[in-house]
Amino acid sequence: MIILLAIAIGSLFAGATYLVLRRSVVKLILGLIMLSHGVNLLIFTMGDGVRRGAPPLVDAQGQPPAGAADPLVQALILTAIVISFGFTAFVLALAYRSNQAVGSDDLDDLSTTDRL
Amino acid sequence: MMPLLMMLSIFMLLRGHNLPGGGFIGGLLAASAIILQIVAFGPKTAQRILPVNYLLLAAFGIFFGAIWGLPALFAGLPYMQAFWLPEPIPGVGKIGTPVLFDVGVYFTVIGVTTKIALLLVEEPTIFPLPTMKSAPVEHEEGA
Amino acid sequence: MVFHLFLPIVSPLIGAALAVLLNRLPLASRLIALLSTLINLGYGLWLMVTVPASGPLVAQASGWLAPFGISLVADGMSALMVMLAALLMLTTIIYSFFSIDYERERHFYYPLLLLLLLGVSGAFLTGDLFNLYVWFEVLLVASFGLITLGGSRDQLEGGLKYVVLNLLGSTAFLFGCGLMYGFAGTLNMAHIAERMATLTNPGLQTVLAGVFLFAFGSKAAIVPLFFWLPSSYHTPPVAVTAIFSGLMTKIGVYSLYRVFGLLLQNELAIYGPWLTLLAGLTMVIGVLGAVAQMNVRRILSFHIISQIGYSIMGIGLASAAGLAAGLVFTAHVMIVKMALFFIGGAAEQINGTGDLKRMGGLARREPLLALFWFLGILSLAGIPPLSGFIGKLILLQVGVSQQAYLITAVAAATSILTFFSMLKIWNEVFWKKSYEDVSRLPRVRFGLLAPGAALVILSVALGLLAGPLVEYNTIAGQQAFDRDAYIAAVCGVDGCEAVYQAAVR
Repeated sequence: MIILLAIAIGSLFAGATYLVLRRSVVKLILGLIMLSHGVNLLIFTMGDGVRRGAPPLVDAQGQPPAGAADPLVQALILTAIVISFGFTAFVLALAYRSNQAVGSDDLDDLSTTDRL
Repeated sequence: MMPLLMMLSIFMLLRGHNLPGGGFIGGLLAASAIILQIVAFGPKTAQRILPVNYLLLAAFGIFFGAIWGLPALFAGLPYMQAFWLPEPIPGVGKIGTPVLFDVGVYFTVIGVTTKIALLLVEEPTIFPLPTMKSAPVEHEEGA
Repeated sequence: MVFHLFLPIVSPLIGAALAVLLNRLPLASRLIALLSTLINLGYGLWLMVTVPASGPLVAQASGWLAPFGISLVADGMSALMVMLAALLMLTTIIYSFFSIDYERERHFYYPLLLLLLLGVSGAFLTGDLFNLYVWFEVLLVASFGLITLGGSRDQLEGGLKYVVLNLLGSTAFLFGCGLMYGFAGTLNMAHIAERMATLTNPGLQTVLAGVFLFAFGSKAAIVPLFFWLPSSYHTPPVAVTAIFSGLMTKIGVYSLYRVFGLLLQNELAIYGPWLTLLAGLTMVIGVLGAVAQMNVRRILSFHIISQIGYSIMGIGLASAAGLAAGLVFTAHVMIVKMALFFIGGAAEQINGTGDLKRMGGLARREPLLALFWFLGILSLAGIPPLSGFIGKLILLQVGVSQQAYLITAVAAATSILTFFSMLKIWNEVFWKKSYEDVSRLPRVRFGLLAPGAALVILSVALGLLAGPLVEYNTIAGQQAFDRDAYIAAVCGVDGCEAVYQAAVR
């Protein structure tokens, strides 16, 4: 399980890096989305349930309850997903508007603010 | 569908403290009821049935949610510490500051979700599409 | 347990919601923004008076016990930053009254400012790593809104770069949070600090420190990661640029101080020299970048980067004294930098352009503006008796006392370069004769002059009354570097592990 997850995270990061380095704005944003998925999956693997086979919860006898997973990583991922969802929507809207203003999807055309 | 979904959403809101449900889920249900109206009859009709400014509704939700943390603050307890009425109200359940906070969340979720949907529906009239090839593609992604 | 520690978070939150609700009445939303900020300012001042004597103040969200619930912690550094954030926001709001157009105001300008204040105060006060991430996102959302509000082509272009690169930094931060949770099994900062001392996996600790350095370095705009700053900061209105210059990069600096001072103190031995190297590069490259520019706000943007180098030098020196010196400098530069942006912005507004070639002759036309600008650049360059002198002097003293001669020399040399670069603006904007008829230009309004002037006067006062400032920051630096006191304040004298074990048993 952990090896599968590691491969998945690695592929997501690799793909994201490739996409982020592209010149197209849309691909850049797709890369950011993939990157956030990769990080979410990474947080998931950091949960005790996956790594040590036991959640950090105990019942009154000090025993981990059966069939429970680490709730904290789920809460963290949920928060991170909501945040990255909101940001993705914002970036897409921003890219859309800047596409209207600039008329190009190429990052090289977005250089007016850097010119002297 | 709308009255049914609205009732279900309020039911979800009220059972939410210790069972699955709560302000977020309830708000999404109510918002989906309104969005169904928008999809079925168009934004104008939907606005006529429920003449609400959704942005203000969302702001009111945040305000309403935030102020119910204040009693704890004034009582010398940490912000958002819960207060409960001693007796459950029949048909509604226990009432305390967390439920009221959830009501705030409920309004915020309705407001934000519906506002986004409304903006997406009305978007061609607010920002007329220029003659550009790539624009419609991104529009779909935003939706 | 200090229950009212939530006040600086609650007041902007409720204020922002109210300001959106009352958006139809511009006066009401202005008043609400002013009031919320004043509450924060007052509370920040109270914290600054209380904290040095009492040690870190702690509150727990909803009353959950320390390593489990989210803690709010106000030590000397947090208190100083909360106060400064509110003070700078106050001047920004006053400046905005006179400079922000109605269209922006109608589109929730003041609520966004309050949201920014909310995120910043939360980030300064929180004692939980993931919570810090959430506050970062809150303030980022607000800053995204502010930087693109208006939607001109420049703003959209600059905003896109700003947004994308900041999102990359945030993702790296989230990555670090995840690794940290997997490594230490907790996210409470005090608990992490405690476990870091006992856990032995030096390799992973070093990697963690690197990830956090990347994440916060990209927020703070240290050298290889600064490109988003000069390409976006000059696009929004002056008030927005000013508050960004005062707060956004300094959040990154604060987080670096917190993470390296508290969580990963052991790593400072490894990262110290590298941090000083980065600090030196940041100083020099920032100031050299400014040389090529011919626009008031772009030059100032590059100087932000250069000044960040000094703040990073404080942490690179890897001692409580270094942190204290860095804090003094950071406080000074937040104030002076904003003052310069306000005054430069006012000059820009008079001339109708920020292009140095087309400005000129303002020294005769607006002598007060010129006077305050001159005092401001003297302070930024570090001429006695202004606050910049104190900030740099202490930093250099610590540098010399720790035998870090190279970085000390670079820092001193950069001061001179800074002064020359600032003199360029002085010559072009104020001193040289204007090609156009100056008397036709509009006069500067009092409201545009006052915030910058007040901040410059504050800088002069801090320079003259440096004793209390330095004393305060020495305590704050010690508190920021003192792990045991922090842990004891958050979790009790037995430490977080004891509470944790007791709860698990």
